Amino acid sequence: MTKFDLNGRTVSVRSPDDAALLWVIRDEIGLTGTKFGCGIGLCGACTVHVNGRATRSCITPVGAVAGAQVTTIEGLDPDGRHPLQTAWVELQVPQCGYCQSGQIMQAATLLKDYPDPTDQDINAVMAGSLCRCMTYVRIRKAIKLAAERMRGGTARG
Amino acid sequence: MIRRIAIAIVTAAVVGLLGFFLLAWRPAIAPIEPPTASSFPAEAVAKGAALSAAGHCVACHTRPGGEPFAGGYGLNTPFGIVYGTNITPDPDTGIGRWSPEAFARAMREGVSQDGSHLFPAFPYYAFTGLYDDDVKAMYAYLMTRPPVRATVPANTIPFPLNIRAFQEGWKILFFTSGRYRPDTSKGAEWNRGAYLAEALSDCGGCHTPRNPLGAEKIRDAYAGAVIDGWIAPALTEANPSPVPWTQDELMSYLRTGLGPLHGAATAATMTPVIREGLGDSTVPEADVRALAIYFADIDHASVHAAAVEPSVKRALATSYLGSGQEYDPDARLYASACISCHYNAGPSPLPARPELALNSALTLTEPTNFIQVVLKGIGNTDGAPGLVMPSYASSLTDADIARLAAYLRRTRTNLPPWNDLENKVAAIRRESAASH
Repeated sequence: MTKFDLNGRTVSVRSPDDAALLWVIRDEIGLTGTKFGCGIGLCGACTVHVNGRATRSCITPVGAVAGAQVTTIEGLDPDGRHPLQTAWVELQVPQCGYCQSGQIMQAATLLKDYPDPTDQDINAVMAGSLCRCMTYVRIRKAIKLAAERMRGGTARG
Repeated sequence: MIRRIAIAIVTAAVVGLLGFFLLAWRPAIAPIEPPTASSFPAEAVAKGAALSAAGHCVACHTRPGGEPFAGGYGLNTPFGIVYGTNITPDPDTGIGRWSPEAFARAMREGVSQDGSHLFPAFPYYAFTGLYDDDVKAMYAYLMTRPPVRATVPANTIPFPLNIRAFQEGWKILFFTSGRYRPDTSKGAEWNRGAYLAEALSDCGGCHTPRNPLGAEKIRDAYAGAVIDGWIAPALTEANPSPVPWTQDELMSYLRTGLGPLHGAATAATMTPVIREGLGDSTVPEADVRALAIYFADIDHASVHAAAVEPSVKRALATSYLGSGQEYDPDARLYASACISCHYNAGPSPLPARPELALNSALTLTEPTNFIQVVLKGIGNTDGAPGLVMPSYASSLTDADIARLAAYLRRTRTNLPPWNDLENKVAAIRRESAASH
């Protein structure tokens, strides 16, 4: 039995320690905003936050998050109105939408570390988050828009 | 004639052996009525708590998930597994009936209360340097812990090495009893650091190579060694980190498990040193600083201070590599698996983004630590507090991990390539599987 904090509340799960955090979140707890993509930590669709850092949940054993704070897309903002989420809606970023919760969770860590990201920063930090609909141009735009609003200033060109 | 010689030899051997056992013999120290917790002054208990944390006693004297100090952790040695004993004040299975004298003798002479010799898996050869007041404080702390009735598994040291009297031989060869003697050419803080490092924390226990009989090679102090499948890097000038371990970096690393210019504590063996040891709030800040001062002197950080800035700059100039339109499959693998967490924009790396170009995992002569951390990841209770890394054991093949290692060594360091990588990954994978 593993105990951790999920979106601000303590949960105890029965899954074995080596079960992937992704399946614990989706199947045992029932939050399905986090998606299964490649299953080997190479596409980013399953990204959640562990202790505030973007982490691939499909290859993170649930035992590794004992006592940690885990946040999924459902918990990023209590009203679903994180600046990234509103920018995403405004710019109509998603096409099929499957990878987008992972993209947003990864982008949230990016903006925490680099509040005014350059294209190189975005390329590097978002490189592991794949979108097969090729919405990358809009993802970049939305990240910059959200960054601007979070800083309360102007965007880098 | 031959018969006479044979008799003489046998007689000499018997007399020699008898003499040896006589030499090895130590009396038992009479058991006492377990003292009450209230009989120890609070200051001594508090001081003992800090010392016991800095000595990370709990690490070897607690089985995983067990009651603190109740023993049962299996320490892997080249001779077999030695189990940490129950050092709670339980009268029957712990040290409840040990007098202060018996405790001090065990700590500083490696002799148990009943007179039997302890194995040097218990670093009495280091603790012998501890001052009287400190040993008394540790006794006060341990004797005021909740008693836990718990026996520990039998050691797996094979016959005849398990005959404890033979430890007398080891002691004759490698053990010198005696308190820490300050180096008068150095300051008080340096000496405090040296005292803690040598006599209490036994940093050399992992970072100093051992001879075939398991004794630390004093001439190679802190030269680096392999411990439990990880490389404990050299703490001398031979340390492979691109940036010297300055006092500030050491302080940060020892206290939090994170040195921004070096990366995070990852090895299972370093976890208790930080988590249950130097990172614990009972350990005074001044003691951690003293250790930092001592080791910054040992590795000659001040001589290399000028190298910090250019090394960081050079490292960060490579941080984006892999994120562009590079038609290099190795770069692609790196971009998919690693760069989102490890990229740093600069001007200095963020503590939560361990910069690989500054990490000794890439600059050690062997890829051991790199492979270990990729396979195992870092759990929330391992390494640096707060840092979690997924485990790539089930997702990447031996060939993938070998490619990542080769790619990073090629693009993030100027060092010669590692060889035989795929087999090394396979070997570490096998060892990890066997030990679980």
